[in-house]
Amino acid sequence: MIDNQIIATVIVHLFIAIVQLMFWRKSTAQRFLSVGGSILALILAFKLFFKVYDGEILTMNAANWKAPFGIVFVADLFSSTLVLLTSIAGLAVSIFSCVGVGRQRILYGYFPIFHFLMMGLNGAFLTGDIFNLYVWFEVIIISSFVLMTLGGRKSQLEGAVKYMAMNILASTFFLTGIGILYGISGSLNMADLAMRIPKIQNQALVEITATFFLIGFGIKSAVFPLYFWLPSSYHTPPSAVAATFGGLLTKVGIYALFRVFSLLFIPNHFTKELLVILAVLTVLTGAFGALIKTNIRRLFSYLIVCHIGFMIGGLGLYSKWALLGAIFYLIHDIMVKTNLFLMAGVIRQLRGTMDMNKLGGLYAQYPKISLLFAIVLFSLVGIPPLSGFWPKIYLFKDAFQLEKYAFAGALIIGSFITLYVIAKMWAQVFWKDAPQPEIIEDKFAKMIGYRKTMLLLPVIILASASLYIGFNAEAIIHLADRIATQLLDTSPYINAVLGGQN
Amino acid sequence: MNSTILQTATRYLLPILLLFSVFLLLRGHYYPGGGFVGGLVASIAFVLHSFAFGTQNTMKLIQYKPLSLIPIGLGVAAVSMFLPTFFGYPVMTGLWLEEKIPVIGMIGTALFFDLGVYFVVIGVVLTILFTIALNKEEE
Repeated sequence: MIDNQIIATVIVHLFIAIVQLMFWRKSTAQRFLSVGGSILALILAFKLFFKVYDGEILTMNAANWKAPFGIVFVADLFSSTLVLLTSIAGLAVSIFSCVGVGRQRILYGYFPIFHFLMMGLNGAFLTGDIFNLYVWFEVIIISSFVLMTLGGRKSQLEGAVKYMAMNILASTFFLTGIGILYGISGSLNMADLAMRIPKIQNQALVEITATFFLIGFGIKSAVFPLYFWLPSSYHTPPSAVAATFGGLLTKVGIYALFRVFSLLFIPNHFTKELLVILAVLTVLTGAFGALIKTNIRRLFSYLIVCHIGFMIGGLGLYSKWALLGAIFYLIHDIMVKTNLFLMAGVIRQLRGTMDMNKLGGLYAQYPKISLLFAIVLFSLVGIPPLSGFWPKIYLFKDAFQLEKYAFAGALIIGSFITLYVIAKMWAQVFWKDAPQPEIIEDKFAKMIGYRKTMLLLPVIILASASLYIGFNAEAIIHLADRIATQLLDTSPYINAVLGGQN
Repeated sequence: MNSTILQTATRYLLPILLLFSVFLLLRGHYYPGGGFVGGLVASIAFVLHSFAFGTQNTMKLIQYKPLSLIPIGLGVAAVSMFLPTFFGYPVMTGLWLEEKIPVIGMIGTALFFDLGVYFVVIGVVLTILFTIALNKEEE
């Protein structure tokens, strides 16, 4: 069914960014526009989500060129769920940025670039054309370069160089893969490719192409051994930016991996083994990296890497329950990881530092805020019945059933180390005695009421989303179940795009 | 640079280059050309002017900050992209007037999209070059 509403969120973010450019250097107007626009985008994302919830797959042929010749936008349940989650996280970050991002950065165009980034994310989730996916990735990368370097401190530039070098390498692999794929199949439309690829004579070349995609998306989503750029760059930009990056950017890579490996290259035995091995190593390296970090944001960065492994492993098992678990984990992870970095930003406002050795006594001074943070941290660890718990059951179950004991072991070790580092962090930051009063630089206590609310409201929004996911797990499992079914049986997707013409 | 030859030549070249850029913009739909090249040629015209008369004088000539061209151009392009949805077509569908207009030719949303690109390119190129040039003059 043709429907323009699919790319409504993309268009909203585009127009907000343009209008904000017209209000260049008027930071208050930009703040209002950003929050208002993010709310509008969230409403539109909800509308799209409920439209496709019953399993209908909407498509839109851009410029009215029929698929597979034109660029097609497809909203299936997976895409629109991610658009919805992106919009929730985007709203939270947008509210947080109003206070959490310095005035200088806003004057130099923080908000327009943020909305271009959101536009790129929404576009990447919705496109049904592999080259168009590359273009959206470029939109995302260029915006994220600007966000990362805005402010121009030395550590930021150092982080940005690593980030940029690795991401350009990833794009090159991705683009090369697309080039070969187009050369051997003659199409760029993903649904069309899904039908053409099995008919290609030279299946070895197809596998090589799949590896190119795996490397490209693997770098972007920080999979072992290509993850090292992430912990060394995510702790440099402001927390609001780090929240967008940590919560959403690596997940685009995961989305692309899921999409490409469920639709185009159905994993064979070798690919599955490879994905599981990568997942195990990603979980372990991420977890062990997190053990020794004392800076909160560096610690969270390693946890991102660790948990990326859970999702890659789910894809590697490639059974319905494992995919269900991985998708549930993805839903939970976007909410929680965004929130973790926002929390780190709040802690910085409270204490002026993010080094655990210099922190302490937050529970005594701010018990309510600490309890709020505890919800988020417990969700991350996965204490039942909070949101991190449910997906792991499914992943465990299928890891055992398919006899991937290494992955099951990695899941256990990863979860325990997550628990350990979070407990350590809780003890260090919240329970330990407060440090000497003279080194505390509490900006938060001096703030007027509404600014405090603007800092805490996004954390509350995302924490309640996490709580909803945890307590209403049945609904989310139902949703993830439908998504997994759509991923495994791609014929409705192909029919929706090509209109049953084949 | 204070060269009489360059200054005299620029006085004639500036309008010619600008006209040429518009020509490139208009023929861009079916032939080589388009908003991007047109925008580059137009900004080269102003860069030439700044070589001959100095950046300050060029900025006086343009009057507005080139930065403000970027949102205008983006806005024109985005609106032309979005316009077809009001007529029930998918985004970015080309809408065309039925009658041909003399000199310009067929007018459609594609032309306005290109016009937007044209403005954005001028805005970006001039902003970058003027920023560099002014920094250099300050040193």
